[in-house]
Amino acid sequence: MLVDIQNLRIAFESRSGIFEAVRGVSLHIGTEKLGIVGESGSGKSLTARALMRLLPTNARVTADRMAFDGIDILNADEKAMLRIRGKRAGFILQDPKYSLNPVMTIGRQVTEAWKTHKGGGRKEAREAVIDLLAQVRIRDPHRVYDLYPHEVSGGMGQRIMIAMMLAPDPQLLIADEPTSALDATVQAEILRLMEDLVSRRGMGLLLISHDLPLVSHFCDRVAVMYAGRIVEELSAGSLAQAQHPYTRGLLNCLPSLIHPKSRLPVLNRDEAWLQS
Amino acid sequence: MAPVMIDVDQLRVRFGDNEVVKGVSFQVPSGGSFGIVGESGSGKSTVLRAMSGLNSAWTGRIAINGQSLGARRDRAFFRTVQMVFQDPYGSLHPRQTIDRILSEPLLVHGISDIERRIEKALAEVALPSTARFRYPHQLSGGQRQRVAIARALISEPETLLLDEPTSALDVSVQAEILNLLADLRERRHLTYILVSHNLAVVTHLCPQVGVMIGGEMVEQLSADDLRSGQTMHPHTAELRALSVDLEEVP
Amino acid sequence: MTAFSQQWLLTETPSSRSQAAWGRRYRAWLALRSNTLAMIGLVVIVTFVVLSLAAPLLATHDPGSQDLANRLARPSAAHWFGTDELGRDLYSRILYGGRVTLGMVIAVVVLVAPLGLAIGCIAGYFGGIVDRILMRVTDVFLAFPRLILALAFVAALKPGVESAILAIALTAWPPYARLARAETMTVRNSDYIAACRLTGAPSGRIILRHVAPLCIPSLIVRITLDMSSIIITAASLGFLGMGAQPPSPEWGAMIATTKRFIFEQWWVPTIPGIAIFMASLAFNFLGDGLRDVLDPKQR
Repeated sequence: MLVDIQNLRIAFESRSGIFEAVRGVSLHIGTEKLGIVGESGSGKSLTARALMRLLPTNARVTADRMAFDGIDILNADEKAMLRIRGKRAGFILQDPKYSLNPVMTIGRQVTEAWKTHKGGGRKEAREAVIDLLAQVRIRDPHRVYDLYPHEVSGGMGQRIMIAMMLAPDPQLLIADEPTSALDATVQAEILRLMEDLVSRRGMGLLLISHDLPLVSHFCDRVAVMYAGRIVEELSAGSLAQAQHPYTRGLLNCLPSLIHPKSRLPVLNRDEAWLQS
Repeated sequence: MAPVMIDVDQLRVRFGDNEVVKGVSFQVPSGGSFGIVGESGSGKSTVLRAMSGLNSAWTGRIAINGQSLGARRDRAFFRTVQMVFQDPYGSLHPRQTIDRILSEPLLVHGISDIERRIEKALAEVALPSTARFRYPHQLSGGQRQRVAIARALISEPETLLLDEPTSALDVSVQAEILNLLADLRERRHLTYILVSHNLAVVTHLCPQVGVMIGGEMVEQLSADDLRSGQTMHPHTAELRALSVDLEEVP
Repeated sequence: MTAFSQQWLLTETPSSRSQAAWGRRYRAWLALRSNTLAMIGLVVIVTFVVLSLAAPLLATHDPGSQDLANRLARPSAAHWFGTDELGRDLYSRILYGGRVTLGMVIAVVVLVAPLGLAIGCIAGYFGGIVDRILMRVTDVFLAFPRLILALAFVAALKPGVESAILAIALTAWPPYARLARAETMTVRNSDYIAACRLTGAPSGRIILRHVAPLCIPSLIVRITLDMSSIIITAASLGFLGMGAQPPSPEWGAMIATTKRFIFEQWWVPTIPGIAIFMASLAFNFLGDGLRDVLDPKQR
């Protein structure tokens, strides 16, 4: 098992008291594609960040167990985390615009990522990077190598981020809303690319998104989060059989192109969902 | 057939040497809703900004209620046409209370009875009166978008320009806002132009849809035709296929 | 008075605009009060202002009366802070000097802040040719060394406190204009300013009511950081005979004229130095606190 989280809790202390944002999440990831779906504030991103220990310092994290490939994340020192973060687990964020250094060429950035983890000479690195760029299906990798981030589109930027994350051959890829800043046509391409690479390399994928139908198309399993808990976990193929009223509500309140609804059903949030 | 409310003819917008809207024409009947779909960079938002008067570097003809508009608009124009923006956080002044934000249009237009109108506006978008003296950052995304809609409606316009009004919101909140927009249209006989990248959202609200790519409106068709797949342009077919593909719940 | 009870002020559901406004002010005051440094600053400034205003009541001597037999005396029961090179009582001169120095500083700020804010906001909001003209004018003022320009102004007018104020004000506004312009440029294209334009409001109203308030917090911080340099410039002008005219007691001039005694009779220049130091520091503390309070997101 690649990731094993049991009873994860994340709390933030503020002047007005303690606010628990994640309240007992348990999940495990193998070499599979797991999607975490939830609305803003459901704690889905915090869960992923806790796994990489990327939370702000005022967050209080507790768990019965939180392990990455057998390494205890809760008690690992910062040196051990450096070996995991970016090396054995890659992290892709929503907007590539803010993740790439604007004054460095794309080639140099990817090369640097590659050399930090693999070492080796400049010429060797360049070839490897061109190969990586080709792997994320950039059509003209030699040209893109010398471009600056502002000279490429959002979709291309996200491909480059993926290439950077793949450089050290990680075992797990965490993608936090990787396509919500992209157009629908590009979004499908990027997700298909990620799906393909993850399957071919035998990696695990943790895809975090607010878009339930989208996630269920590209993942094997889906965990639905509400107010800091996983309210339902189901295989992506059986979304139609979802039991929890929240999951069903999320699906029902979407407007539909093929099945027009005169009025959209509104989600009535039940107090009981907070407990179960 | 209802009279024509909005008539856009051969609208062109230029940013420097770059023409981003290349001769777009469409008409919207009074009380009707027209949707514009397209991907980023297709020029769909630019059309809206030219219509609203935020961008004055355009040529062609824009007529609202039979009156041709110039690059500069008089104050009366802004009582008839209003706009709702995509990001409900960015469109509300961060240092003003909701009360101040809503009273601003009334003060500008010299409308009296501010107290009663603000209360009515908040009630109309189903916001609690406790929200009135809060700051935008103290409200949720959905509540903020309701404030933005209330601000647009408070000067009692006839036309509302909606620029991706729900794409920054959670899907459950999106449903509430779309229902609210549908109710308001019926109650106030509003004319909508809705810009979005989401076909399902556009067809939910608009019976007539225009598809834009690269600054051109390549196709105009009814929502029913779009549903049934009777499209002319390959880009429309592509967008439709992607949307349908995602809707099929396994 | 029940109308201003704490509960009435702090209610989460104010029933009228004035209640909400008073509640906001009260919360701002609470926030400021909980900021220890800002309160220290406020107390020091208020104390200084009160002491200066009450100088005729508190002074033990006439600030101008000389006693050459007793010059450069150590602090004693008769002269609490000692005497200066002409035997004048330092304590009384500090009190009266506060009137001149603090008065000058406040006058300069009152003149400079609105001017810099207006020019910066107008340039930033309109952009294009307006921006270019206003910023080139700003550059011209920035390019001259502050003191030299002030000297030229004072020389053209008649030397005195009023001229010094005017001269410092004229040379101090460009950085504020630059700052306000930069702040304005970041908000100019935001959706909320676009929404203001869509209400049909004229540009003047948008700048005054929507853009300028956003520039004020950083401007306040910048001004409080400049307080000490304004005092020093005033002192330099006084030293060159272009500012406050002797025997009028002005803190900067008091240092300037007695600095040669720093090794033997150190208290003579040090005491006005401490006064300047404390006033500048207090302004800094208060400014920092005010900036936090003025930003509702920080609360």
